[in-house]
Amino acid sequence: MNTNLIPLDQLPVGCFGRVRRLTARGNTRRRMLDLGMIYDTTIEALRKSPAGDPVAYQVRGAVIALRSEEASKIFIEMN
Amino acid sequence: MSLAKQSTYPGALSEMLQAEFETSDYTVVALAGNPNTGKSTLFNSLTGLNQHTGNWPGKTVTNARGKYIHRNKNYLVVDLPGTYSLMANSVEEQVARDFVCFARPHTTVIVTDATCLERNLNLVLQIMEITDKVVVCVNLMDEARRKKIRVDLDKLSSLLGVPVVGTCARNGKGLKELKDMVEKVALGQISTKPLRIDYGQALEKAIRQIESLIREITDGKISSRWTALRLIDGDKLLLESINQHLGIDLSGSKTLQSEIEAVRSSLKKENVTIEDLQDRIVSSIVKTAENISKQVVFKEDMAHNKLDNRIDGILTSRSLGIPIMIILLGIVFWITIKGANVPSDMLAKRLFWIEGRLDVVLDRLGTPGWVHGILIHGVYRTLAWVISVMLPPMAIFFPLFTLLEDLGYLPRVAFNLDHYFKKACAHGKQALTMCMGFGCNAAGVISCRIIDSPRERLIATITNNYVPCNGRFPTLIALAGILTAGATGAFSSIAAALSVLSAIVLGVIITFVVSRLLSKTILKGLPSSFTLELPPYRKPQVWRIIIRSVFDRTLFVLGRAVVVAAPAGLLIWIMANTGFAGSSLLTRCAQFLEPFARLLGLDGYILMAFILGLPANEIVIPILIMSYMSKGSMLELDSLAEMKGLFLDNGWTWLTAVCMMLFSLNHWPCGTTLWTIRKETQSWKWTFISFLVPTITGVTVCFAVAQGVRLLGLV
Repeated sequence: MNTNLIPLDQLPVGCFGRVRRLTARGNTRRRMLDLGMIYDTTIEALRKSPAGDPVAYQVRGAVIALRSEEASKIFIEMN
Repeated sequence: MSLAKQSTYPGALSEMLQAEFETSDYTVVALAGNPNTGKSTLFNSLTGLNQHTGNWPGKTVTNARGKYIHRNKNYLVVDLPGTYSLMANSVEEQVARDFVCFARPHTTVIVTDATCLERNLNLVLQIMEITDKVVVCVNLMDEARRKKIRVDLDKLSSLLGVPVVGTCARNGKGLKELKDMVEKVALGQISTKPLRIDYGQALEKAIRQIESLIREITDGKISSRWTALRLIDGDKLLLESINQHLGIDLSGSKTLQSEIEAVRSSLKKENVTIEDLQDRIVSSIVKTAENISKQVVFKEDMAHNKLDNRIDGILTSRSLGIPIMIILLGIVFWITIKGANVPSDMLAKRLFWIEGRLDVVLDRLGTPGWVHGILIHGVYRTLAWVISVMLPPMAIFFPLFTLLEDLGYLPRVAFNLDHYFKKACAHGKQALTMCMGFGCNAAGVISCRIIDSPRERLIATITNNYVPCNGRFPTLIALAGILTAGATGAFSSIAAALSVLSAIVLGVIITFVVSRLLSKTILKGLPSSFTLELPPYRKPQVWRIIIRSVFDRTLFVLGRAVVVAAPAGLLIWIMANTGFAGSSLLTRCAQFLEPFARLLGLDGYILMAFILGLPANEIVIPILIMSYMSKGSMLELDSLAEMKGLFLDNGWTWLTAVCMMLFSLNHWPCGTTLWTIRKETQSWKWTFISFLVPTITGVTVCFAVAQGVRLLGLV
């Protein structure tokens, strides 16, 4: 496997990454796919909430907030 | 994020499929779409006020429906739950899918957001697999223009193979074209050729293998290609639905089942596992959507989201996010409480003036005393009380709250606060359902629909009652007034405000503690997931907000309250006016409850007032006053001082006031709320738990406080 992969929750705010692998299962995985987070989708970390978690991401033109638990199950390659 | 516009009931479809749709008088139009696409606005624009159940379904378990007439033909519009997909991951998705699939609307209009078309196309493509009677409505064209996003509608239509209409629902632009197009598709004047998604060689081969078999068994009543795909994907819910709605038991067909097994194992041989299959199916759809979007959407200004970003930068910033939120919500509550005083008084005066007239009329008619008593002093007076106390604050609170909702601010509140809710094992959106609960707990419970994770939704439902509603606020305020009446002048009102505030804070703390306890105990293991969309900010439509929130929320809640308050008034009057051995039934019951109530720092009459107040919390204090004065009907004392005097005469101490405040905050939900919980959860078990949990909390807290204070000798 590619060693450059990092979980999405470690993507610094303002940076972009491309989805490489989802490790979530079941409903969470379905929901991520429904939101368009498939292989090679570009995701930008937009901003953190006041407490630092969740974080808002830009995905396919929409702004989606994910908690670190969910985001850590999306592995990306940083641009 | 719409707080109230989705139906989530498992039983919803059967009701939706009622004979109503069988009648040929109506052309049935289903409205599908992602959340936040202005679907509800479109629904309202199409149907005006001509809606069946209001935009807030509650009376019956169904989605909102409305009617319109176009070119002398009747149309029935069904507003489906807003969903991102139709893979039946949630009850909403199942309801929406089953409706499109089995209720077979004459046309399905898919509402999409022009500013976020790509994501929306996902749902469009999925629906087009189920039915070809589709019109795509690209809504929010004005927002797109403002953000310098151009959408080539003709190209989109030719790529999708179905008609596409651009609209701007808020000002009615494009509605006529949409209605025309709906008519043409419904009548078959336009034949659509929905785009087929290419799922890749292996999967396409698998689909072909079982498609014809399905067509044979179902006799063309359902899209065979789509069904084949779903069955290969292992969709058991669809099998059930097909059995339920078409009466065809696909799982009973041995040939089909073995075919599916064969197809799956041959896929496995090609290294496609079930999980891969899911991914492949969704990826094919998403890629198709991406591809189409690239050809039809032109962003002329790459920084089109700059303003939204900048606003978010302030409203969700580390330093300002939460303070701004507290100030905004504080203003809403302040306006509600301040603004409601005057109209409340006016209403009360007017309604009690009418009561006086009614008295005269009934006297002239020579009505027997007890009939007069039941009707006027029982039923009418209770109703008058409930209306004058409830209507003004709700008529102010709901529009203000809807305004925040319409602006797009509410999801930001959830975003700001989610971290704290996460610690309580709850969902950030629970913050919104709690805010709604300040208006009315029944409304709060309905709003729990916005939480799409089952466990967190139940947590929010069960704990909503810890937020004091409009009906309990007057009780808390009155008690706080009594508690602090000793203090003088300005200090007194500040002290009263502080005690009400601490009651609210306590309610929030209890909510967190109980939420956590629930998720660690009885709700353990229920699935949970968190995704929260932060939709673009939008210009609110002030007039529409006022009209809609008054009609949908205020009058709806009030209607329910009236329905439960009238029989309660009757019961209370009878209990207070009948009895034996010189004391009324009410007194007898109170005496019976006395020993237990004492343990909680209350007295029998107070506990009795809470029990009789089950229909609506605002009648608790009136019942109490009535019982103490043994007048046999509710009345209002002229001043707080008089009320305090009355209470003190009946053995009250400051501890009684504190315990009653605590018990008011923590006891069973009112009848309306319980009824709503039953409707929402479709379960007596959860309704009972929702009754039990706050009651236990109240008993425990009051007992601890009362005994603690007595032990320390503070009273």
